Amino acid sequence: MKIARQSLMATLFLMFICGVVYPLAVTGMAHLVFSGQAEGSLVKNANNTVVGSSLIAQGFQSPRYFHPRPSAALTPDGSGPLPYDGAFSSPSNIGPDTKQEIKNVTDAANAYRQENHLPPGTPVPVDAVTASGSGLDPDISLENAFLQVPRVAEARKLNPETVRNLVMRIKDDPQFGFLGTARVNVLKLNMALDTLALKQN
Amino acid sequence: MIANDWIQILVSLGLIVLIAPLVGRYLAWIYQSSHLGVERKLYRLLGLDADREMGWKEYATTLVVSNGFFFVAGYLVLWAQGSLPLNPRHLPSLSPEVAFNTAASFVTNTNWQAYAGEAQLSNLSQMLAITFLMFVGANTGLASLVAIIRGFIREGTQTIGNFWADFFRFFIRAFLPLCFVMALVHAEQGTPQTLKTTVTARTLEGAQQTLVVGPVASLESLKNLGTNGGGFYNANGAHPYETPTPLTNTLEFLEMGVFTFSLPFFFGRMIGRPRQGQVFFVVIFALYLAGLGVIEYSEKMPNPLLAAAAVNQQTSPLLDGGNMEGKETRFGITQTSLFSNTTIAATTGAVDGAMDSMNPLAVLVYLVHMFLNEEPGGKGVGFAGLLKEAILAIFLAGLMVGRTPEFLGKKIESREIKLAALSLLVTPLLVLWLTGLSLVLPAGKSSIDNPGPHGFMEVLYAFASGNANNGSAMAGLNVSTPYYAIVIGLEMLLGRFLPLLPLLALAGSLARKKTHPENAGTFRTDTPLFVILLLGFMVLFAALTFFPPLILGPILEHLSLIHGIAF
Repeated sequence: MKIARQSLMATLFLMFICGVVYPLAVTGMAHLVFSGQAEGSLVKNANNTVVGSSLIAQGFQSPRYFHPRPSAALTPDGSGPLPYDGAFSSPSNIGPDTKQEIKNVTDAANAYRQENHLPPGTPVPVDAVTASGSGLDPDISLENAFLQVPRVAEARKLNPETVRNLVMRIKDDPQFGFLGTARVNVLKLNMALDTLALKQN
Repeated sequence: MIANDWIQILVSLGLIVLIAPLVGRYLAWIYQSSHLGVERKLYRLLGLDADREMGWKEYATTLVVSNGFFFVAGYLVLWAQGSLPLNPRHLPSLSPEVAFNTAASFVTNTNWQAYAGEAQLSNLSQMLAITFLMFVGANTGLASLVAIIRGFIREGTQTIGNFWADFFRFFIRAFLPLCFVMALVHAEQGTPQTLKTTVTARTLEGAQQTLVVGPVASLESLKNLGTNGGGFYNANGAHPYETPTPLTNTLEFLEMGVFTFSLPFFFGRMIGRPRQGQVFFVVIFALYLAGLGVIEYSEKMPNPLLAAAAVNQQTSPLLDGGNMEGKETRFGITQTSLFSNTTIAATTGAVDGAMDSMNPLAVLVYLVHMFLNEEPGGKGVGFAGLLKEAILAIFLAGLMVGRTPEFLGKKIESREIKLAALSLLVTPLLVLWLTGLSLVLPAGKSSIDNPGPHGFMEVLYAFASGNANNGSAMAGLNVSTPYYAIVIGLEMLLGRFLPLLPLLALAGSLARKKTHPENAGTFRTDTPLFVILLLGFMVLFAALTFFPPLILGPILEHLSLIHGIAF
């Protein structure tokens, strides 16, 4: 009986401290010092509407924009695919030695070559044809970005060298020079492209 | 591998080797000093007599009863979610079986997730049920280790400490403060921390995009520091909100390792033989390194089946090559390998890439880690498991040379061996029987997602993970069905408490015994010979018990993969 009473008291106390005080204290502090990040690193346009988050991929399809990695994200109830939506993050969960994986990768590689006007058999970077771990990977590899440069430049009637320089300007190096990979954030890159277009007009 | 891969691995491992002894020393101070003023006040407030010494039975009863209360409290929140506040999306309550599975999962420090966080849990549930259970589950594990260690220190006594004091000391002096500080670091790097739930964005191309936010950072630091592993989002650490940068990935690796790798040093200090702690660290670290090497090799390997599709899988300054299916660009292969080896070895179960899409050799390592479950293993219970294996290894050595086995001055006799063996048998019984059962029953087979040996591995992995209280999954397997929710829910509870209770009994039995001084005939346990003996015993045990399923799963799949066979 005594153990039960003590356990009940401990449960109520710990639930209050761990489940209410601790998360609220972190929320308060985070908003004081890093409110932008705490709200989800949201990106707003000139009219102050939210256009996305710099951390979350968007499903760009127009040839005028750089395209992200394939996404296996799901609809909010998990019943079917809804790529690049943040309501239900998911990888493909497909095994490396399955016919499904070979088909997905082959189809994605052919589509990639077609949209970027690459001759058949041109090697496609692996990140461009595999679904990311979250379905919301905001980055692509530099090789992937450079292969898309001619297409984007042509669609925007820009000098490919200008677009290439933009990729080099926006890209992220490994953090502190050695952590993670060199990569480029697709949303940031595409927003920079739009800004460039505005300036030129 | 390029230079950067080596640098990342060496820096990360170097930091662990540097930090672990210091933290071990700090933990020893926590348990060797007297109550702090704030602790005394707390014990008075809650009516806990924290000075009363408990025998092993009372200690175990308090542990089980308190965990029962934690479990019920968590279950009620999840079960009533639909009618509780802070739920602007009007998410319904979890089904009773998934609520049971989840409460069992989080109270046992497993963090197996039969639900998808962002789609099924309100912010209130994430805080009141999930965050709460993560704290108490991890804390219970550490407390139990302290009690087990006292068995080796004490002599001629019936008692092994006070559960409440063991529980709250770690909570107040290490766990809660560190979680708070690291949560802010995660928030700075980009992990959301807000009471809002969803933001609807209008993308550059005019589409609608739902962004789910919430109190993520406070859960994120805890998830790793407590070796819990349950993510706020379905994709867990692969989600850019959970792990926004390579730095956060490295920090999470350190958070998972900081307490677990410090436990051997903690043990050494507690028993007054630091060298013994270092020896155990060497054993753990050797197995950890071997695993890391195999995973890195496996995931960097180009997939021969993708050659026909003309895919560039070679690493260059412009591309991180290898098996990128289910992995995130910012981490690349090396960060993912470091993370996944640690999350399995330390029984966290968080993932920053899809386990179901890993190459077979990597899955082989994950499975072996979970079968052994003590290198370093989860909060407290992992290291307690290593002590159990040490006792059995010494017993074997004693049989071979015809000496009465002794460990740290305590005679190892029939009762100790029986209890240790009882604890050891739980893993093969639960994992192998339940895997076999699920491969026969239609309810078990219908959830399998991938064909061939990979599908078999999904089931084996699920039960290995549930028993080891790991919580990671090859997530293609649909585990939200009533069959898997209930069976894995029960397995997690059994996998947690069945091995633990005999170890508490073992501690009670050891505490009663006299500690004999060492003499020339004593088998030394702080020597390289002992390292080899213990490693040999662990590998032999795992090999003899689990070789058949490993052949049917990862080894068969690896052989077919390198011969270009697809399923």
